[in-house]
Amino acid sequence: MEIKNLAEMLHPLERTVLPVLKENIELKEIIAKIKLQDVEVMRALQWLENKGIIKIKSDAKEIINLDSNGISYLKNKLPERRFLEALTKELSLNEIKEKAKLNDEELSISLGILKRKAAIEFVKDKIKIAENGKKLLNKEFLEEIFLKKLPLDLKELSNEDKYAYNELKKRKKIIKKDVVKLKFVSLTDLYAKISREKIETNVIGALTPGIIKSGEWKTKKFRRYDVKINVPKIYPGKRHFVNEAINYIKKIWLEMGFVEMEGPLLQTSFWDLDALFVPQDHPARSMQDTFFIKNPRYGNIPAELAKKVKATHENGWTTSSKGWQYKWDEKTAKENLLRTHTTVLSAQTIAKLKETDLPAKFFSVNKVFRNESLDWKHLFEFNQVEGIVIDPNANLKNLFGYLKEFYKKMGYKDVKLVPSHFPYTEPSMEIMVLHPTRNEWIELGGSGIFRPEVVKPLLGKAVPVLAWGQGMERIITEYYKITDLRDLYKNDLKQLKESKMWLK
Amino acid sequence: MATITINKKELAELLGKNLQDRELKEKIPMLGVGFESIDKDNLIIEINPNRPDMLSMQGFARAFSSFLGVKKGLAKYSIKDSDYKVVIDKSVKDVRPYTACAVVKNLKFDDEKIREIIEVQEKLHATYGRNRKKFAIGIYPFEKINMPIYYIAKKPNDVKFKPLEFQRELTALQILNQHPAGKEYAHLLQGLEKFPFFIDSKNKVLSMPPIINSDDTGKISKKTKDVFIECSGFDYNILSKVINIIATSLTDMGGKIYNVKIVYPDKEISSPNLEPSKMKIDISYINNIIGEKLSEAKVKECLLKMGYEYKNKIAFIPAYRTDILHQIDLVEDIAIAYGYENLEPVVPTIATIGKESNLAYFKEKISNFLVGFSFLETSTFCITNKDVQTKLMDHKIGLIELSNALSEEYSCLRAWMIPSLMQVLQSNKHHEYPQNIFEIGTIFKENPKTETNAEENERLAVLFCSKDANFTQIKQILDALFNALGLKYSTEETDHQSFITGRVARVIVNDQKIAYMGEINPIVLNNFSLEMPVAALELNVTELFNIINSI
Repeated sequence: MEIKNLAEMLHPLERTVLPVLKENIELKEIIAKIKLQDVEVMRALQWLENKGIIKIKSDAKEIINLDSNGISYLKNKLPERRFLEALTKELSLNEIKEKAKLNDEELSISLGILKRKAAIEFVKDKIKIAENGKKLLNKEFLEEIFLKKLPLDLKELSNEDKYAYNELKKRKKIIKKDVVKLKFVSLTDLYAKISREKIETNVIGALTPGIIKSGEWKTKKFRRYDVKINVPKIYPGKRHFVNEAINYIKKIWLEMGFVEMEGPLLQTSFWDLDALFVPQDHPARSMQDTFFIKNPRYGNIPAELAKKVKATHENGWTTSSKGWQYKWDEKTAKENLLRTHTTVLSAQTIAKLKETDLPAKFFSVNKVFRNESLDWKHLFEFNQVEGIVIDPNANLKNLFGYLKEFYKKMGYKDVKLVPSHFPYTEPSMEIMVLHPTRNEWIELGGSGIFRPEVVKPLLGKAVPVLAWGQGMERIITEYYKITDLRDLYKNDLKQLKESKMWLK
Repeated sequence: MATITINKKELAELLGKNLQDRELKEKIPMLGVGFESIDKDNLIIEINPNRPDMLSMQGFARAFSSFLGVKKGLAKYSIKDSDYKVVIDKSVKDVRPYTACAVVKNLKFDDEKIREIIEVQEKLHATYGRNRKKFAIGIYPFEKINMPIYYIAKKPNDVKFKPLEFQRELTALQILNQHPAGKEYAHLLQGLEKFPFFIDSKNKVLSMPPIINSDDTGKISKKTKDVFIECSGFDYNILSKVINIIATSLTDMGGKIYNVKIVYPDKEISSPNLEPSKMKIDISYINNIIGEKLSEAKVKECLLKMGYEYKNKIAFIPAYRTDILHQIDLVEDIAIAYGYENLEPVVPTIATIGKESNLAYFKEKISNFLVGFSFLETSTFCITNKDVQTKLMDHKIGLIELSNALSEEYSCLRAWMIPSLMQVLQSNKHHEYPQNIFEIGTIFKENPKTETNAEENERLAVLFCSKDANFTQIKQILDALFNALGLKYSTEETDHQSFITGRVARVIVNDQKIAYMGEINPIVLNNFSLEMPVAALELNVTELFNIINSI
């Protein structure tokens, strides 16, 4: 950059600091020379350093300073001096304590010191000043001289200072050692060049309404800004990143002409399982998999539909199926639970449809529950993506078509289907997608066509219902590079603030 | 799901074909079997719960060999006639009414084969048998037992035998208390006055189903050549399928099946019955589901590939298949045989109109409105605990509890939102302030007027947390929101322990209490170890949505 531009860019603080600089000048010295606060000078120096005009070198010094007692002794004299001065006549210890205004600790320390210096003598239980003491009274103690000189650099103590320092540091809160960081300025070649430039101090910094109105801007120069400078971070309000992802997925469904389904989280087993032809002894219904409700333990089930579902489970009803060949229990179906999948919404949606509503397409992206302990790869509460197409003409090729379209919009180029098993779909298929960067097939969800035993009781007719679904957390963790599932719902506000936008 | 380990060499023999690892890895999933891993000697596969017939290596190899086109079509098994009998005493009727049996001879057992057959038995128990609830299988060395066999229920104190791996005789009751299998499955016999036993003609106990075999007569060894197998339980159809699965697997190991006459008080059944069942095939139904135009010949080819026979629009289903309830189950197998990789993806050109739920849209609007005020949205769990909802908030409220929570911390459903967000503030104390957060979430309460006897509402909670959080701020948010919605509201003083007295208000719209807001009581702040003031609002979004729609 041109020196001239660089000079124009200098901030008023830099412009103030620059003239007083010289090689190896220390921060304190600069501050002493100009009317700026410490932080302002420091900021100016850092900016100058960023521009390559100076270098800041740091050093640390151990400085001896007065501590709280030291400050008071400097004002009110050392206890041992007060002790000596009190001895205008023979006095008892208590009398000395009173007269010299000493506390117990100071009294005993003074006594020790003065005895050692042979400054006092005992006369019975009283104390009188000795000859040595009288001499001492007339001159300053080394400790006193030392205290007056503070602060001092530990490395630069004279022998007398050292003696006083060693004496005083044993005593309570008279002196303390502080580590002081020093900053020295070293000048660069650029400094030499820039100091030759005429540095205007009267430039426009922030443009104010006053400057605009007065027309001052017409005659003055604007200070040039360093546009590359880092600015302090600010954060907007934000949606939770999981909801960002949900909204994105919802948008895909809406684009594809699907209608959103909604319904309660707390459901009867009937809708969550029985209506989906899941036999009552199926492992998915065990206490290990599903959260059941203590109160209210039971709900109500629709009587007409329950009759058909019961018959379908027991002997296939009119679906041409053999059914599961067991005795279906109404009470078991009435047990309340937290829905284990959003397929419960699909069942309820189909139950409300009339033949004239077909073809119809529905989706949901919503919460489901599994009785799991919370750990890095298990959540007991998570979101499921679910879609169904109820269409008398629908077939497996259409299912594949919808899946390809859906996952293409999710950012996966290729989809393949692998035979699998789910209790309520036949055929049942796992959805494998080609990972966009790792270039390998990963399993993302399940799909299939609802069994006639599911559809006929609900709709009155065994129309093909294409269905697919998957847990949503897998997509989100992948996008945000999260390895611990718990981090999705940790609600760490810093993480939420800094989370990136959901773009695909 | 159950995994099984298969020796590659043995598999190749059973398949009649040698496959490279790569081919195994590629072909096995196409049959609908999960491929787990492979090494020098073995491969591990995962069997879906609808195919218990593949839980043995022989069963899997049979299906796979057919799928590969090596041994296509219905596997044929012949049954030799015998005069073996199992007599069912009427005492078992109310205890454990049925059993299906077979005898298989000419087997060669070594340690590996014994381990394998026990594993198949245990996998069947665990999956299709629902941990022996539906049925229990017993396999006995034929040379140690004397026909006929009696299936009878007796008082548990009257029967004594040496259970497997035990040195001394125990009564049936002692077995339930002392034997590991007894302890594990005791619940299956709980409450019964009499227990079921298989006893031979010399009065030796064979076993006490569904618990344990006798150590004398119920343990297979390397010397065993012939076995008697039975499966007891409650549904003869299921039992006979299980016997078929085991008998055919043993036959594939080199055995020969002999029938057993099961003599019930009122009838006689010859077991096993390996006659295939029949199902009518409708080619157009198949094509409608798959979306192809498969010819009858192609359908036949597909069925053969999956181990069926086909003649004159009839499919013949192997007697060991448990999963064919409806023609749709055959459609799936035909589709698998046809190959999903051969399906073209087709998006139908039907016109449907997409629609977001109105409530969801409304929630979105409110959330984005709050983001405009620089709030951060949180996402917390519906499942929480009583302490957070009541004690820490110094507030009484009815809660719906889970009956099988795994931990005290997550044991009930929330009845209001503010406590969940107070927890968020508690866990973020180390971050900078202000911390202004909101969330719309579901809350639960009992309500006998609904289908489930529970009611759910969407609630919005907004929390200001900073050194100057106060009532005015939170009321400003409410005021701004209602202005934006074009709704008039009124506020009135109310009492709520969680808030500072005199600084909490109830919000009323159309004579309905729709929200409350105020400054959180320092007692509550203390309970959440917060040192910053909090001003909070809780608003019933569902109710608000209903009001707006009714205007």
